[in-house]
Amino acid sequence: MYVAVKGGERAIESAHAWLAEERRGDPSVAELSIFQIREQLKLAVDRVMTEGSLYDPDLAALAIKQSRGDLIEAIFLIRAYRTTLPRFGASKPVDTGAMACDRRISATFKDLPGGQVLGPTFDYTHRLLDFKLAADGDVPEAPSRAASPGEVPHVTEFLNQEGLIEEAPHEDTMPPDLTREPLEMPADRALRLQALARADEGFTLGLAYSTQRGYGRNHAFVGELRIGAVTVEMDIPEVGFAVEIGEITLTECETVNQFTGSKTEPPQFTRGYGLVFGQSERKSISMALVDRALRWEELGEDNVGAPAQDAEFVLYHADNIQATGFLEHIKLPHYVDFQSELELVRKLRREAGADRVQEAAE
Amino acid sequence: MKDTFDEKHERKAWMSLLAKAPEGRISSLLDAAIARPDFTWLRAPEIGSTMVRGRAGGTGTPFNIGEMTVTRCALTLASGEVGHAYIQGRRKSDAEAAALVDALMQSDAADAIWSAVLEPLQAEQSAVKLARAEKAAATKVEFFTMARGED
Repeated sequence: MYVAVKGGERAIESAHAWLAEERRGDPSVAELSIFQIREQLKLAVDRVMTEGSLYDPDLAALAIKQSRGDLIEAIFLIRAYRTTLPRFGASKPVDTGAMACDRRISATFKDLPGGQVLGPTFDYTHRLLDFKLAADGDVPEAPSRAASPGEVPHVTEFLNQEGLIEEAPHEDTMPPDLTREPLEMPADRALRLQALARADEGFTLGLAYSTQRGYGRNHAFVGELRIGAVTVEMDIPEVGFAVEIGEITLTECETVNQFTGSKTEPPQFTRGYGLVFGQSERKSISMALVDRALRWEELGEDNVGAPAQDAEFVLYHADNIQATGFLEHIKLPHYVDFQSELELVRKLRREAGADRVQEAAE
Repeated sequence: MKDTFDEKHERKAWMSLLAKAPEGRISSLLDAAIARPDFTWLRAPEIGSTMVRGRAGGTGTPFNIGEMTVTRCALTLASGEVGHAYIQGRRKSDAEAAALVDALMQSDAADAIWSAVLEPLQAEQSAVKLARAEKAAATKVEFFTMARGED
C-alpha cells in the first residue's frame, strides 16, 4: 500500500537552508574556492573522479565543496552529473607504457631500466603531525635533476622475455560497459576491471587485505606501480583520424603473483592489474589484488570460498553509490511498512498471551 | 584535404596540441596574433564525455576505466575552411578558439598561426613536461652497497 503524505515542505526548505549555512561554517573564516580544493586536496579530488567515474578535477572539487567533504556524497553528485552528458565516443586504450611518470617503483626488481622513481610520496614520511602546516608558510621548490628522455618500459616485459610470467596479449575486442548494460554474471575480466576501477576504495582495500591474510591467498608482489600522465586519443569521425583529446593522470599497479602451473601451462607467475584516475596507489594496488583473486577460475585454481573469489559478491557490493543508496533509504519514511509490522507483532503477542493464559488454566 | 598539408603542419599534431592547452591560453595567443575572422557554427560548442579505455595488464584486453569531460565544436570560416575541436574539460570558449586555429591552419594564415599560436603552445607544454620529469628524476633512488665490516 502506498499513501502519499504531505506536510514536510516547510521543514525540508528550512533544513536545506540550514545545510547551506552549516556548509559555509563560520563566516569569519575565509571561504574555500574550488580551485583551492582542486590544488590542495588533490587526492580527495582524485578519489571522487575515480569512484565518480568521471575525470574532471574542477567538477570533483565542486562536488567536494557541495558535499562538505563527504566523499561518497561527492561521488554521488558526480555520478548524477555524468548521466546528463552526451557520450561522444570511446578513447583508444591508453598506452601506460608511454606514461610520463611522476612515480615508478618496483618491489620485485631493485635495478630496473628507468630506475626507482619515488615521486611525491607519503612513504618514508614519519607520520608525525606537521604543525608548520597549521601556520601559513611558503614551500621551498623541490629539487630538479636532468631527466633522461624516452619511455619507461613495464617491469613485466623483462619477465616476459624469459617466459616466466603470463603474457597479456594485445587484442582489440569491444569491452562491455556497465554504464550502458546492467552488470550481469558471469562477468568477464574487462567488466570486472571496469567495476573495480569505480569500486569503493575502502571495500576494495578490505577485500584485498583479506586475500593477504589468507582468504584466497595469491601472494602478490607489486611488480610495478606507476603514477603519471598519459594522453587520451580518440577517433574523430569528422576528420577521419585519431586525435589526442587530452591528458589525464593515472595510477597503474601490476602485481606479480604465485602460480604453480597447470596441466597446460608450465609454472609461471601470474598477474593482477589495477588502473585508476589520478594519484591513488592504495586503490590501484587493492584493485590489482582483487582482480587477481577473481581470476581463480581461468587460472585453474581452487575456489576456497573466499569472499574475494566470489565475483557476484564482490561486484554487486563494491559500488558505494548503490550501497549507500540502499542502505540510507531505510532512514526515509517507512510508516506504512512499519505499521503493518507493528500490527503483526501485536497480533502474535496477543496469541502468545492467550496461549499462556490457557496453559495456566489447564 | 589533410593530404595537402606538409609534415610540419600535420593536422593531427596541432589538434592534439590544442586539446591539451591550458584554460584560456589559445585565445590569448590567437587574439595577440590576429583579429578573429568571421565564422558560422556547424556545431555550436557542446559538452559531453568520452569513455576512457585501458588494457588489462597494460597491453591486453581493453576495458573501460571511466569517462572524461570533453567539449567539441565545428565552424566554417567565411573563406570556407572548416575547423573542428575536441578538447578536454568543459571549456566552450577554448573549444571555439581551438576550432578557429584548426580552420586558420588550413588557410593562407597557416604560417602566421603556426608561429604565433602553435609553436608557443608546444614550447610551453614541453617546458611543463620537462619540469615535472626533472622533479621526478631528483627522486630517483641511487642504490649503493654499504662497505661490510668483515675485513
